[in-house]
Amino acid sequence: MTATELSVDGVTLTAGARHLVRDVSLTARPGETIGLVGPNGSGKSSLLRAVYRVLRPDTGQVRVDGGDAWSLPVRQLARTVAAVVQESAADFDLAVREVVAMGRTPHKRLLAGDTPEDAELISSALLAVDAVHLADRPFDRLSGGERQRVLIARALAQQPTLLVLDEPTNHLDIRHQLSVLGTLRRLPATVLLALHDLNLAAYYCDRLYVLHDGEVTASGPPAEILTPRLLAEVYGVAAEVAIHPRTGAPQVTFLPEEPRG
Amino acid sequence: MTRTATDTSAERTVHLRKTTEPGAGRTRLAGTLLVLTALLLVSATAGLAIGSVQVPPGQVWGIVTHALGADGQEPGWSRARETIVVDVRAPRVLLGAVTGAGLAVIGTALQALVRNPLAEPYLLGVSSGASLGAVAVIVFGVTLFGPVSLSVAAFVGALGALLLVYATARTGGRITSARLVLSGVAIAAMLTAVLHLLLLTTDRGNEARAVLAWTLGGLGGVNWGTLWLPSTALLLGIGVLMVQARNLNLLLAGEEAASTMGLDVARFRARLFVLLSLVTGVLVAAAGPIGFVGLMMPHIVRLFVGGDHRRVLPTAALGGAVFLIWADIAARTIAAPMEIPVGVLTALCGGPFFLWLMRRDARRGTDRGVA
Repeated sequence: MTATELSVDGVTLTAGARHLVRDVSLTARPGETIGLVGPNGSGKSSLLRAVYRVLRPDTGQVRVDGGDAWSLPVRQLARTVAAVVQESAADFDLAVREVVAMGRTPHKRLLAGDTPEDAELISSALLAVDAVHLADRPFDRLSGGERQRVLIARALAQQPTLLVLDEPTNHLDIRHQLSVLGTLRRLPATVLLALHDLNLAAYYCDRLYVLHDGEVTASGPPAEILTPRLLAEVYGVAAEVAIHPRTGAPQVTFLPEEPRG
Repeated sequence: MTRTATDTSAERTVHLRKTTEPGAGRTRLAGTLLVLTALLLVSATAGLAIGSVQVPPGQVWGIVTHALGADGQEPGWSRARETIVVDVRAPRVLLGAVTGAGLAVIGTALQALVRNPLAEPYLLGVSSGASLGAVAVIVFGVTLFGPVSLSVAAFVGALGALLLVYATARTGGRITSARLVLSGVAIAAMLTAVLHLLLLTTDRGNEARAVLAWTLGGLGGVNWGTLWLPSTALLLGIGVLMVQARNLNLLLAGEEAASTMGLDVARFRARLFVLLSLVTGVLVAAAGPIGFVGLMMPHIVRLFVGGDHRRVLPTAALGGAVFLIWADIAARTIAAPMEIPVGVLTALCGGPFFLWLMRRDARRGTDRGVA
């Protein structure tokens, strides 16, 4: 099996008395690329954390290929679901290759060494994010964008059938934003990712879920849901949306209140 | 391999080739381990040879092989020399090696578990907890578990201190260096105060002096009969940690990331805390609290073999053993015939090392723009 079906059914997440996410449902069919968009604090990261099993839902279920993600053993889930999270790593002189090699852990028995097959997977993961030349560099000393690419390579080395990414294009320059998103889209795996940039989301995702105050306000193919009205309602900004003649994807142009000059 | 500066595709192939060789770091590791093993043999020989009675290294080897029953030759040395080497110095050198190795691997694992490069059993108050446990047993005369009472009590004390420091230093899922070291210092100070109180108020006055000397850390007073316990603890500790080396690596990626790669972080940490407290307790019961070995060794060996725990653990163990053997040789000889507690010497080396490390990390932090 190369892709997993994900379904989030009526999930509610709370922190203390505060609702982070309220009664959210979402599905991703095998092989789809699903984008999660919405303003800061709308609950994107929280929802992702429930999917990669760090934040337990108060109500509702996260199902991976029909089974409850929260009742599987952690290790077994890690062979299906990989994640790129927003969290800083500690300072311990690991080489880039060693960081990517971590992704092989859920597939390894205790004490099992790295096989040539592992090395092959690590190399192709690095190649996929254009980071082969970084393999021997200390991870600590990389720039933010280089680190982000290495973390994506680590998730790829995990050979997931569902890949969850929280703002994977953070810190990346434009060229790498495009190449990383292109790589993710071409993967046979199902991909669920939170993105800030609406135009990138519109171009690379099959479907979008728009989160606002912890609830889904719209979902569907980008061309159907990205409307000036929705953007005004969710983000509180004026915008024009047009189908770009070259890309065929919706193109959002924001109209700031203050005129230029 | 030829490669031109302008040909980037050739360069890529070179790197690719390198990544596909799984044994790339292995030869370097093997070399480092070989050098350290040789160094350990030299150090052990020196430990047996040097002292108030100097024994030539050749004779040391003669005595050792003879004691092991490896030759049937008539010994060419005095009985007294044999006693000094075999019964007095050998257990002491071995305890030094075991303690040094043990402290080094405990430090390595603790640094990963709390995700902080300044972690170490002594600085975190874990050794103080173990000392307090052991002293309580001596003062109150509890012998519930027979001869291993001391170690059991030290284990309980170590675990208690570690949990206390961890709980106070952690807020919002994160442990900052400052808070970790501060709570370690505060808890160590409290535990040491209680320990001193116990010693000063006990009616076993003559024992108190001996115990006070022990709390400075020292390898004297060990004999063949008591060596098995720390040795077993060390082997258990290294064994388990080597099996868990991949999982220790995962923790370096962060807790959330580690769990997405299949590690049940809370359970893993709880189990290893118990293991590390056990080994620390037994080592402290045998040699007193010896500081900074667990801080220095992991950092020094990472410079040579990188951060992968599969390589750091065995290297740090050997390095720690070599280091403590030499520290003990120095402790015995610098002010002979008086003996300096070895913990005093390790603190003299380790204190400046700690300060350097702290400043280096602060610099790296600001370089990267994280406070």
